[in-house]
Amino acid sequence: MTPEERPERENLADTGLSETPAERVSYLRAGHTLKSWLLTTDHKRIAILYLISITFFFFVGGVAAGLVRLDLLTPAGDLLSNEGYNRAFTLHGVIMVWFFLIPSIPNTFGNFLVPLMIGARDLAFPRLNLLSWYIFMLAGLFTLAVLILGGVDTGWTFYTPLSSMFAHGQVVLAATAVFIAGFSSILTGLNVIVTVHKLRCPGMTWGRLPLFVWSIYATSLILVLATPVLSITLALIAAERLFGLGVFDPALGGDPLLYQHLFWFYSHPAVYIMVLPALGVVSELVAAAARKPIFGYAFVAGSSMAIAILGFFVWGHHMFVSGQSMYASAVFSFLSIAVAIPSGIKVYNWTATLYKGHISLDPPFLFAMAFIGLFVVGGLTGLILAMLAVDVHVHDTYFVVAHFHYIMVGGAVSAFFGALHFWWPKMFGRNYSLVWGRLSALLIFLGFNLTFFPQFLLGYLGMPRRYHVYPPEFQVLHVLSSAGAGILGLAYLMPFAYLLYALRYGPPAGDNPWGVTGLEWQTRSPPPKHNFETVPVVDGPPYDYHVEMEGHGDG
Amino acid sequence: MAERVHEPYSAPDQQREAEMMGMYIFLASETMLFSGLFLVALYLRLEHAPDVVAASRQMHYVIGAANTALLLTSSLLVALSVEAARQGRARPAVLATAILLGLGFLALKAVEYRMEYAEGILPLPGAAREFPSPARHAFMNLYLIATTLHAVHLSIGIGLLATLAVRLLRGTLPLPERSIVMMNAGLYWHLVDVIWIFLYPVFYLAR
Amino acid sequence: MSDFIALWPGAASAYSREVDLLIGAFTVLIVALSAPVFILIVVFATKYRRGKPANRRHALDRNVWMEVSWTLAPFLLLIGFYVWSTHLFAGLYHPPAEALEIDVVAKQWMWKFRHPEGQGEINELHVPAGEPVRLVMASQDVVHSLFVPALRLKQDVVPGRYTSMWFTADTTGTYRLACAEFCGADHSVMGGSVVVMEPADYARWLEETGTDRSLAAEGAVLFRQRGCSGCHEQASTVHAPDLAGLYMRPVPLEGGGTVIADAQYLRDSILLPQAQIAAGYPPIMPTFANVLDEEEVLKLVAYIKSLKGGKERQ
Repeated sequence: MTPEERPERENLADTGLSETPAERVSYLRAGHTLKSWLLTTDHKRIAILYLISITFFFFVGGVAAGLVRLDLLTPAGDLLSNEGYNRAFTLHGVIMVWFFLIPSIPNTFGNFLVPLMIGARDLAFPRLNLLSWYIFMLAGLFTLAVLILGGVDTGWTFYTPLSSMFAHGQVVLAATAVFIAGFSSILTGLNVIVTVHKLRCPGMTWGRLPLFVWSIYATSLILVLATPVLSITLALIAAERLFGLGVFDPALGGDPLLYQHLFWFYSHPAVYIMVLPALGVVSELVAAAARKPIFGYAFVAGSSMAIAILGFFVWGHHMFVSGQSMYASAVFSFLSIAVAIPSGIKVYNWTATLYKGHISLDPPFLFAMAFIGLFVVGGLTGLILAMLAVDVHVHDTYFVVAHFHYIMVGGAVSAFFGALHFWWPKMFGRNYSLVWGRLSALLIFLGFNLTFFPQFLLGYLGMPRRYHVYPPEFQVLHVLSSAGAGILGLAYLMPFAYLLYALRYGPPAGDNPWGVTGLEWQTRSPPPKHNFETVPVVDGPPYDYHVEMEGHGDG
Repeated sequence: MAERVHEPYSAPDQQREAEMMGMYIFLASETMLFSGLFLVALYLRLEHAPDVVAASRQMHYVIGAANTALLLTSSLLVALSVEAARQGRARPAVLATAILLGLGFLALKAVEYRMEYAEGILPLPGAAREFPSPARHAFMNLYLIATTLHAVHLSIGIGLLATLAVRLLRGTLPLPERSIVMMNAGLYWHLVDVIWIFLYPVFYLAR
Repeated sequence: MSDFIALWPGAASAYSREVDLLIGAFTVLIVALSAPVFILIVVFATKYRRGKPANRRHALDRNVWMEVSWTLAPFLLLIGFYVWSTHLFAGLYHPPAEALEIDVVAKQWMWKFRHPEGQGEINELHVPAGEPVRLVMASQDVVHSLFVPALRLKQDVVPGRYTSMWFTADTTGTYRLACAEFCGADHSVMGGSVVVMEPADYARWLEETGTDRSLAAEGAVLFRQRGCSGCHEQASTVHAPDLAGLYMRPVPLEGGGTVIADAQYLRDSILLPQAQIAAGYPPIMPTFANVLDEEEVLKLVAYIKSLKGGKERQ
């Protein structure tokens, strides 16, 4: 097959089949009962369980966002009451962070792909994997309880003494929900680390791991080491509210800043939990689209580890105006600039990968390009925030809101959709409409920018965060932003239509519809329950596009 | 008896190594959990040193020392039974003694809590409290939280050891093939012990 | 400035303008670092489109020198801006000694300002142009943050301590102020304005605004009413530290060490007296934490600051 050709797609007229031969023997059909799904230990089925759950939470968080953006159409707080608005944005933050973003790529694509990519038959602890999902669902139930009982009104950051002593909402219940979700994170991270260490197939050395595996591994280190600090911090808030056992209360000689240090010690690495897997996905998508090895594999793999480690030392950049010492702020500012460098390496390396490649503009690559564009804007505005004198002005304004949405939504969610569009044929054995895929990538990119770019301007103008009342001269920017949110919401709904349609009516995908490297593409689509007929043996580097390296197809 | 290898493993030693690594990683996360509490303790010590010293002087360090001795001894016994398991010998009596020492720790802790309650320094909700200064109140708050969390972990450890002791008695744990299970439980127990080794001086010996 | 759409926040001080310069220059840098990436991606995706003939010989898949240079060069440029930004920031921590001190108490959900001669304002702050002003801030309840976009400044107001913020406004006008740290139900409406006036107008405003007593005088009244004088007066039989001339003097502590008696120390001595015992004195001072609010403590601090030498008494 020449690099220009796409592998033969099975007879396109062969739609409407209710079951392909591959599907019949795949993990999807290994057991038909509900019990076989709810008591499964197959990492692929657990990935699907997570996929369904996080999609549900994405909707709930999205509805909260919709309420927020609707209220912000007008300068007066006329849609929601002051308290109601506070609960809406808190719910949005809590759900999107802990019930969508943190589990999104690691627990769906990480679960599904890591064993396949390293040639293993499952994760190291399959039953623990299932337990992780049940713990996650329990946490979700607690969150729904919070929602039903009126919500929580502290912001997702639970700052004391507001949360410990003054807030009226369901603080303890919300803290408990997040505490429980934390266990799910820790167990997932533990599972992945042991898997990558112990279950690589023969010949799969560390230097041959796909970059996605490196990124999930680095993420797992953070999951295991940072999440417990959040757990204990939430426990301390609950202890203060329930039993009056305060340590953050200034009247007891405590310090509200102590809470902030503890909270951000977890929550800054947490944002790397949210973005490192996305960076790994993009590496895969770029290599696949260009049919070329990723430029500077060692640097890209190393950059994931560098981000994970450095990310533990920058938490104070959330506290530049908190009353923290000037010298501490100077150190954190410097380290925050340092942590941006490995991300920059990835972006430059992806660009260099495209040079002299054989690039196809399929939906996964369009999502990868969207990621690069939006992540770069988000990352560079992060550098702006790392500059002390500038941060004093834009801290706690919409500038910050725009920055993190560019990374979390423009970046991580785009990468999630890119992964969905790339591995959907592998997971379900069916191809989907590429035209619709490209269209949703474009709409998501446009809708996203319309929603969030005006927010940078609003922030510099002085619009604080967590406000639903604002001066009238800010309204035009808010209307643009809310309009964009509407488009973005519709754009996010589109893939549901054509991807789900493809499940039944899409043409059968075959083992390797994109014609790319990677052990996951060496087995059937969808894979059999045990992943491989025989355990693979690896004898070459990843992204082994030899033919292309010879310069075939040049003019 | 040949050791059963669960999917996805292909060899017994691979499975064993994975199980041990998993336990070590879990213990690392437990360490990070308690590190938050130690950080708060450090903060109190740095910001309110005289209060911390005064509050620590009121702690029953003899009871604390006895508890330390109980835990250390129990760790020794657990280590002995793990070593025996690795050589294929089940010693449920040794394990049971370790469990008894652990229960003894909890009993002494309850006695200590009752004494502190009577003295008015245990900050239970609704208790009569007399704290000369707010920072001493904060110190006792942290003490109660930290020791309760430790006691919870100790109880989990007791449960683990008890389950294993029953399996040893019934002969349903193949030794030495599945001695890794004993080893992992032993590692957990040792961590709970080590955490106490740090808790004790932080609260009782800051005098 | 249009009422229909705001395009720029307005600058009320030289510091604001320098921050604008900094972010403007920095934006140029980051565009320079990133535009090549966007352009190249589009160019490569077009030029090297699958199926399109192009020269693909000797495609690289690694080059350590290239990697190192595009790592180091941006980093060094960024460090240049780091130095500029940190220098500006450090200036915020060195207020001029002669700055006009205004006390601020933040509480859910309002801002209370007290000028030194006692004039009080709620949610509105009048300041003279061209003179440095230093705000000493305390919170009655939760963490708030005083944000004045036109000054490009904000500072969290944290319960349990004093935080401060200083500026020299040079352009008269009325500027928004807002609370920038989520503080509960009415956070969105905890705003107000800063009115910068010509010094002569400010002086006139001070006179016109009624005041019974200066802050220090009100503190003197509290000092007597709440019983402080019972122990701290010279005539008292209780062995308590003499407060005359105490402000900013070094105080040796019981158990070693010395601390400077700044505003934070005075506040903590009133509310958390057991935290730092002065050497040679018994630890018998009761706490006034449940008796005094932050405003009253600020008045007492103002009073103690006014006690000079050892002889002057009000």
